[in-house]
Amino acid sequence: MITPRREAWTGRLLLVAMMAVTVLPFLSLFVTALHPSGTYPPGLAWPEDPQWGNFLRAFQAANMAELLKSSVLIVLGVVPLSIVLGTMAGFAIGHLKIVGGRVLFLVFVLGLTLPFEGVITPLYYQIRDMGLLNTRWAIILPLIGLFMPFSVFWMRAHFINMPEELSESARIDGANVWQLFRRIHVPLAMPAISSLGILLFLWTWNQFLLAIVLVDDATKRTMSGALGAFQGQWGTDIPLLCAGSLLILAPTLIVFLIFQRRFVAALLQGSLKG
Amino acid sequence: MARSRPAPRGRAAAGRARTTRGLAGWLFVLPALVFYAVFVLRPIVLTAQYSLYEWDGIGPSSWVGLANYGRVFTDPALFDSLVNAVKLIVFFSAIPVLLGLAVAAMIRRIAASRLALAARTVIFLPQVIPLVAAGIAWSWLLSSTGVVNQFLRLLGLGAVTRAWLGDFATALPAVGLIGAWVLLGLCTLLLLAGMSKIDPALYEAARLDGAGAWREFVSITVPSLRQEIAVCVTVTVIAALASFDIIYISTQGGPGNATMVPGLQIYYLAFSERAVGMASALAMVLMVLVIACALPIQWFTRDGNR
Repeated sequence: MITPRREAWTGRLLLVAMMAVTVLPFLSLFVTALHPSGTYPPGLAWPEDPQWGNFLRAFQAANMAELLKSSVLIVLGVVPLSIVLGTMAGFAIGHLKIVGGRVLFLVFVLGLTLPFEGVITPLYYQIRDMGLLNTRWAIILPLIGLFMPFSVFWMRAHFINMPEELSESARIDGANVWQLFRRIHVPLAMPAISSLGILLFLWTWNQFLLAIVLVDDATKRTMSGALGAFQGQWGTDIPLLCAGSLLILAPTLIVFLIFQRRFVAALLQGSLKG
Repeated sequence: MARSRPAPRGRAAAGRARTTRGLAGWLFVLPALVFYAVFVLRPIVLTAQYSLYEWDGIGPSSWVGLANYGRVFTDPALFDSLVNAVKLIVFFSAIPVLLGLAVAAMIRRIAASRLALAARTVIFLPQVIPLVAAGIAWSWLLSSTGVVNQFLRLLGLGAVTRAWLGDFATALPAVGLIGAWVLLGLCTLLLLAGMSKIDPALYEAARLDGAGAWREFVSITVPSLRQEIAVCVTVTVIAALASFDIIYISTQGGPGNATMVPGLQIYYLAFSERAVGMASALAMVLMVLVIACALPIQWFTRDGNR
């Protein structure tokens, strides 16, 4: 009985060490953000005179109010539509078993591992020809397409496990395909849909490449893309940069802490299926 | 009652229902397919097409056949980016998976304790924040006056301190460590979730047979986790090959080309140097490389499991 106890203690120690390493960068950002702006604080050191005002200055310098609005608009453009289209397609392929569905599914799966860098160049010219460069649509529309493989894959995995009898009885009651989908299958799919929503929210909010290539105006980008611009502008003022970074990563952090159970479950399932 | 109906009519009705269902089914898929075709399939085809031309993005383009691909494999600036991406796999993939396995095995027993529950939240944080923020935070940690050097001096290792991201010898491993930091939590939790599904009777049987902790780990834990390990490897290998955000923020590919990766090189070629054809050839190679790495891992786990 001595061995398990010692093992438990090494386990605890390891966990604490891992948590410390995970938190260290956040801690360093925070402490550095409190130093007078323009200085180069040495490592982790609590400042003599904490400059809480740095957060306010960074909020103004980064135009945070605008950025938040922009990111929210982009998320609202991407997530609901992706969910609706992905759910419909997943339903047709997974449950209705449409003719040619297997081939279609393979075509979608092909896009599952696609690195966005692979298509960014033609995407730029395509968006330019559509006259959408420098608008939020330049991020919204491609992201819906780029997230579609995962959305379809995810929803199909749910629908393929739904029993056929469920639909049979609804059909006998005279439901057409749309009613069957809307009244019976969507309510049952809510857990899968909400997990998908969480993942899509996170990936949209943190999207960087599309934002920096397709949108020049930082206030029309995602938070993540704006942070890139912020670094370019204030990269030499370390405390201000740290304060700005913390502000910009705060929204996802807050959302995560509120919904953490669902988040962890969604991300773990998400990578298991993907 | 329905069974007593004349068979031919019933079959015809069922047939009709099936075709309308088929048509309606396609209407369900169509919108998704349109978005996918316009913003993924078409760009992939265009990338393949661009890769065969020399084009500055503005003027006329000229056909060069496979010359761009030749350059990708002979021009050190381009080929090295591929080599760097493969080297990054060690950090993005090997470290999180191996360390994750070790940590998960050690904390398996206390997985239900309050500390472990708190750890679940904390260890997950890097997955949630933008990679860009991780890049900025770590650039500062790894700078010449950063915490890492402070810590090394504390240990009396002042001689090895340096600007880790600015040194030719250490820039790539330093960038890799940022990736490892991001991915370790995800791997650990995935593996831990897999371990909770292993039948405890297996371990008891092993104990009775006198197996030690190491033997247990090798002959029970690792084989049972085959699928979870494959998932971790796939996700992290793709993250390594397609890395962009962290490197763009922390080193911009430098010093020199020491941390240049394909994603970043494509970005520079296409949008700074206006060598669209070359960027596209590199993009094709990258896409093929990712699929070539992801498919075998998937196949390896599919058999026997589904």
